[in-house]
Amino acid sequence: MNAPDRKRAFISGGEAVAIAARLCRPDVVAAYPITPQTVIVEKISDYVAAGEMRAQFLLVESEHSALAAVMGASMSGVRTFTATSSQGLLYMCEMLHYVSGSRFPVVMANANRTVAAPWNIFGDHRDSISQRDSGWIQLYVENCQEALDTLIQAYRIAEDSRVLTPVMVNLDGYVLTHTYENVEIPAQEIVDGYLGPFKPVNAFSFEKPKSLCFTAPPEWQTEFRYQQQEAMGAAQRIIAEADREYGRLTGRCYGGLVDEYNVRDADCVLVAMGSVAGTARIVAERLRDRGHKVGLVKVRSFRPFPKEYFRELGKKMKAVGVIDRDISFGYEGALYSEIRSALYTPGVSVRTINFIAGISGRDIKQEYIESMYEQLRRIAEGENVPEIQYPGLRWQTW
Amino acid sequence: MNKPKALNGYKYPSAKEEMPLGPGSYAGVLIDVNSGWRTFRPAIDLDMCKKCLICWLLCPDGAIDKSGDRLEIDYDYCKGCGICAYECPVKAITMVKEGERQ
Repeated sequence: MNAPDRKRAFISGGEAVAIAARLCRPDVVAAYPITPQTVIVEKISDYVAAGEMRAQFLLVESEHSALAAVMGASMSGVRTFTATSSQGLLYMCEMLHYVSGSRFPVVMANANRTVAAPWNIFGDHRDSISQRDSGWIQLYVENCQEALDTLIQAYRIAEDSRVLTPVMVNLDGYVLTHTYENVEIPAQEIVDGYLGPFKPVNAFSFEKPKSLCFTAPPEWQTEFRYQQQEAMGAAQRIIAEADREYGRLTGRCYGGLVDEYNVRDADCVLVAMGSVAGTARIVAERLRDRGHKVGLVKVRSFRPFPKEYFRELGKKMKAVGVIDRDISFGYEGALYSEIRSALYTPGVSVRTINFIAGISGRDIKQEYIESMYEQLRRIAEGENVPEIQYPGLRWQTW
Repeated sequence: MNKPKALNGYKYPSAKEEMPLGPGSYAGVLIDVNSGWRTFRPAIDLDMCKKCLICWLLCPDGAIDKSGDRLEIDYDYCKGCGICAYECPVKAITMVKEGERQ
């Protein structure tokens, strides 16, 4: 058999997600437009209108309805897709818990954008991070290619019988949704083979009627919640498996839960999530050329969180810095909290710094990242620096 | 009462594998008596009842059984809302305070 043609296209991240969704053949798409997710929905609507995508495209009056509609569709036993961003994700909040608690393998793209107020439409991770405990798998991507590939992987992960948990694929608003990139598009037959047909689990049936989304009293809630926790545990393996298998078919894989760059022999690493990992890699590469033993860890999966990975990383590093494009007011960056928590174990005394940066679309410049590595070097040598730093913040005193 | 009484002989899951996956399953799982908050219970005067079945049709909980010769109320699921008594055209149903004899 001849290898399917490799097709490339110069497209935005939004279009890459739309193409990925089309390749996964969802039967029902319901979405409400919101900047910067709009491109995704517009493109899908075009594909459906042109007959290139055989999905029911539902126009709904809100994001709450969008997710309710795809949950209803998923209940009827078909593959579904939706996309949102920021305020829209927050409007979905109630349904996020409904979908995950009811174990429907819905896949969603979230164009990361900050949350008002102050009003702003540009990117940071405060929207999705605030939905950390909604029971969704949360994956973050670095570029348009990874957005396309991860969305396809997301269906495989969500629909795995050991997981059956919805997946949110997060791509940075504007930096990815509106930036054009040369993206390789896998052939339809590759995606068809990779995903297989949709196998409904908790679905309506006229022949064998089921009661769905039923009440569980206090005596039984804990067991259902434990099921969700176990599914997230299984998802750690399945995310890695799905990535490996995708790599076998397309030649592209991303390290599973985390993507490492020059970590093996490094003393200091930066941890980043989303598109900033691309900038950080360029800086890390340059510092390597100058002889600095620095590395980079890109977190792909925020939930489930790769706790064991960071525990082992902490044993090998002298300093770990975490870039957060979010902040949990009154504490610190959310990713930093997770990593600090994973590092708290006997035998690990690695020093850490949290960098709160890239809030509401502010650039994370290469010089900021160079300075971050410099701070890591300083704490690795025993100096004291502020634990939480805000690169680029005006009028800072250190 | 000919209505299936799911509670009779029902066994709760005794192992993880017996649990439904999420809150979705065929009928009759994790069932329980569901009427604990009733203050008044409906009582049917069978001499007056014409079996018009308006109560059976309107009961929001499907707690009225018509399978036998006469109507019966499943008090394991009746919440005491009183719709049946309100709607009964011949006033054959009265709401009786729980704990008091008819």
